[in-house]
Amino acid sequence: MSEYQFNFKPFAEMTDADYAEVGFRSGLEIHQQLLTEKKLFCRCPAGRYSDKYDAEILRHMRPTLSELGEYDGTALMEFKTKKEIIYRINRETVCTYEMDDTPPFMIDERALDIALGVAMLYSLYLVDELHIARKQYLDGSIPTGFQRTTIVGVNGWIPYKDRRITIIQLGLEEDACREVSDVGHRRTYLTDRLGMPLIETVTGPDMRTPQEVAEVAQICRRLVRSTGDVRTGIGAAREDVNVSVRGGTRVEIKGVPRIPRIPLLTYHEAMRQWNLLRLRDELHGRGVTPETFKAETEDVTRLLQKTSYQPIRDALDAGLVAGCVVLHGFRDLLNWQTQPNTRFSREISDRVRVVACLTKLPNIVHSDSSSETLSSAEWLAVRKAVKATEDDTLVLVWGGREDVKTGAQEIAIRAREAATGIPSETRQALRDGTNGFERILPGPDRMYPDTDLPPKQVTEERLETIRRRLPVPIWTRESWYREIGVPADVVEPLAASRLAGLFEVLVKDWKISPVAASVALVQFRKRLKKKGMDVRRLDEDSLRWIFALFRDRKISRDGVLAFMETVSRGGTLPQAGEIRPASEVEVYAQVQASSAALRSIKIHNPDKKVHALMGLVMTALRGRVEGASIVERVRAAAEEKC
Amino acid sequence: MAGDDSYKGYRGEALAVLKSFGAMVWSDVEIKTSRGAYTGIILPRSETADPHHVVIKLRSGYNIGLLARSIEAVAITGRKEAHYKIPEKEFPFDPGKPRVKLLGTGGTIASRLDYRTGAVIPAFSPGELYGSVPELADICNLETEKLFGVFSENMGPEQYIATAKAIGREIEKGVQGVVIGHGTDTMHHTSAILSFMVQDSPVPIVMVGSQRSSDRPSSDAALNLMHSVKTAAESDIAEVMICMFGPTSDTYGLLHRGTRVRKMHSSYRSTFRTIGDIPIAMVSRDKITPLRQDYKRRRADRSVKIDTSFEERVSIVYYYPNMKPDIIDALIDNGYRGIVIAGTGLGHVNKPLYPALARCREKGIAVYMTVQTLWGYVQMYVYDTGRDMMELGVIPAANMLPEVAYVKLAWALGRTTDLEEVRKIMLTPVAGEITEREPSNGYLILQGGIPEVEAFISTIKK
Repeated sequence: MSEYQFNFKPFAEMTDADYAEVGFRSGLEIHQQLLTEKKLFCRCPAGRYSDKYDAEILRHMRPTLSELGEYDGTALMEFKTKKEIIYRINRETVCTYEMDDTPPFMIDERALDIALGVAMLYSLYLVDELHIARKQYLDGSIPTGFQRTTIVGVNGWIPYKDRRITIIQLGLEEDACREVSDVGHRRTYLTDRLGMPLIETVTGPDMRTPQEVAEVAQICRRLVRSTGDVRTGIGAAREDVNVSVRGGTRVEIKGVPRIPRIPLLTYHEAMRQWNLLRLRDELHGRGVTPETFKAETEDVTRLLQKTSYQPIRDALDAGLVAGCVVLHGFRDLLNWQTQPNTRFSREISDRVRVVACLTKLPNIVHSDSSSETLSSAEWLAVRKAVKATEDDTLVLVWGGREDVKTGAQEIAIRAREAATGIPSETRQALRDGTNGFERILPGPDRMYPDTDLPPKQVTEERLETIRRRLPVPIWTRESWYREIGVPADVVEPLAASRLAGLFEVLVKDWKISPVAASVALVQFRKRLKKKGMDVRRLDEDSLRWIFALFRDRKISRDGVLAFMETVSRGGTLPQAGEIRPASEVEVYAQVQASSAALRSIKIHNPDKKVHALMGLVMTALRGRVEGASIVERVRAAAEEKC
Repeated sequence: MAGDDSYKGYRGEALAVLKSFGAMVWSDVEIKTSRGAYTGIILPRSETADPHHVVIKLRSGYNIGLLARSIEAVAITGRKEAHYKIPEKEFPFDPGKPRVKLLGTGGTIASRLDYRTGAVIPAFSPGELYGSVPELADICNLETEKLFGVFSENMGPEQYIATAKAIGREIEKGVQGVVIGHGTDTMHHTSAILSFMVQDSPVPIVMVGSQRSSDRPSSDAALNLMHSVKTAAESDIAEVMICMFGPTSDTYGLLHRGTRVRKMHSSYRSTFRTIGDIPIAMVSRDKITPLRQDYKRRRADRSVKIDTSFEERVSIVYYYPNMKPDIIDALIDNGYRGIVIAGTGLGHVNKPLYPALARCREKGIAVYMTVQTLWGYVQMYVYDTGRDMMELGVIPAANMLPEVAYVKLAWALGRTTDLEEVRKIMLTPVAGEITEREPSNGYLILQGGIPEVEAFISTIKK
């Protein structure tokens, strides 16, 4: 009967056909910090984080009216919350620009070069003249109330499976503050991350399953990393994921810090939307539509004076008030399941928490709740006082008078939205893979030109310089790697590595085997990193030095690893001229010497003994001999001394 | 069609290209260039921008510029003209609330941005103000009048006089307070001249501006307006004051005496500071807290003295080492009648200037000395050079701020040509421009980095 008959299966059992059935669509907004010395619009150092702060300032955000004389939905919501915003300022990382007390400086040229380069990798149509825009954010995460942002290119693509994923646009923008806390009417931010350059890449809603979303995110991640010009580490790349189902609404899951979390999050959001659409059908079946929706609010403080339900008891003891919202025709519907272990009541509670700033949970209770709340006599008294029928649901909210008023309004607003469908929201990713309300999704009318900065021309000469230094796209590299026999597990990491260029030189010019070169560049590094060594010391120059010895057959593959380890340890390399393959005599002498040394160690297992001796010999010879060529000699020596 | 807005702001190459495709501003277009294809609405272009690019607004709301000469094809699919209009709501009238008049002279506080074109447009009617700062209706019944719309650097005698006369008119009509919206750059010049032109006001005269325009969510405009309107409506301080942010945080404003105040930072919110003294009061949304008692009190009458004298041939000379006398000579030769010098230290200039100063005395030009240190008094007896200069007719102007001495000298010379009379006017304080003493907390510039200062600013939201 209904087009929402389908029931979501557990995550692992969902098939592509199931996602097609619910009309799953998803797109990404990928935020990636750039590796620059300075911030985007001021000369503060980029990438220095610290929880330490020297000063605090306090601001409020006021919505400004759009051209049409309307407040943007988010703006209005943020204004209702009446938040005091506190910014913590560390002098080392923040100047008066981030505090919105100094106009912007000219855009960081390095950041722009990197953004243009990435835009080329995405085959975007580039912009001739950049116009800096202000994108309004009223949550306080940026002290100006807007983010300075500019479009660098539009309408590009990346290859995926047998199709193309659209890249709608790539923007260059400043990063926002890190939130410290948000309690009651006070929200606190750290400002160190504020103003860091980042690129925002927006894909089309082209992904059809949760797995596809994660795979596309991985491709984009590796593509930008292949430039070597982006930051890595915690928080350096963050994904916003847009999800909708058939008949649903675009909902944005904000700030997903790790790509592997995407599939479960998008699955749960699709499920939530689906279940909300089913809830809407149920409401319509009961005759509740946006037009017929009815809700009333009553002050029930006096009625509950004697309640022993602790949260309300505490509130009334503190002189606060309690309100009751009657939702007509909603009987049992606050128990409607939206996500695993999450019911529709949670959607209402989230709104009350965020908009009315009633942050102490629980912040609502309702008459259909199965847990212990009010006594049945109290519910009865309240029901009688507000003249509710058996078909209605009662929702109680408590706190300061103004907050309860706002909270009651929000309860009614969210309940009415259930009769319409799915509200456009920004939702936060929760650890268990579900999501919670963060704010109303901003409308398209929050973009304004930044009159503080002039338009900036992007010249053909500049683009030419960038183009010359651009890496080959990872998908081109990867197919070449496969052709020349690079081991499968190394293909993807190598393509995204900043050493991919060196690999090409080693293979094409120096004729080193692709297997040896790729394994050394990827696996050896990984191995050394695991041993806790600082592989950042392995720059291209030292790697070239090591590989030159290998090319000239002065060292073996083990020697490559040994020297890589030396560099990672911060040790000095010998003169290249001093290095030659170990002679027969040297090998013989070393095996004898190491055997003698081994005698002082008691090892009973003969196999282990061979292994230990091998290690001693190889370390001493520093890889100037191939391990395989001496293993028999070592075994003989080890057994001889048994 | 010539001269209309069909291709607003475009010129040269870009104009020619748009015309060749018949693509007027506000056209919804698909443009193909040698770099790619783009969809959006053609926007007017800022007149100061180069003649090589065409600006379009993408569907996402972002603007981009396309190189005109690279445009290969334009397909026009529609037209979406936007006219920016500030929403108006009728300002409610409450017979129980005081009447406050807001006079507009221009500046950031009385304007909003036309987002599509980037142009600044006035937002000033009571309805517009109520639409954006509804809290004002809780304080008073607000009437507004736009006197002119100029950036504050373009304020001059004509505007000073018109403003002073307008204030006089409003007081006679019986308003309980006057607020003057003004650009911040020269607000302290205007507050000083109004302190001289409007004397013995029975009501508060509050000048206000903003450092961040009201189209920004973090603007100081709304809070400054609330503070200034509250002061005009409720305070008992019947003086010309400047009302602007105390700290950079959204906490309270300060009421500075019009003759002792100065803009001290090019962009900070808390840019205005009382120099050599303390402010008259603090103002928040809830209350006005006087910091001193020696201010003129509000009266119930409607009498006020307006004297709009102003001699325009007065200059201010900021002394620098190695200054040549030709600077002063040029003023003399151009018929200037008064010169205010901002001298070094206690009020000094170099010896080579002496002959020019002697010429001033011969020509009957009034020369007054102030200090470029801003804080402190002129004291010309301490060094011989000072005495020499006084011999040459240079008159020390005590602790009058250079800008204040400048407007006062213009006002005094407007009233009389008798230099002795001018001297009397200059050295007799009218509105606190010269104080007898400097309190020890009148000079406070906290020095960052010092542990005790750091402790102070880390706990109090500056």
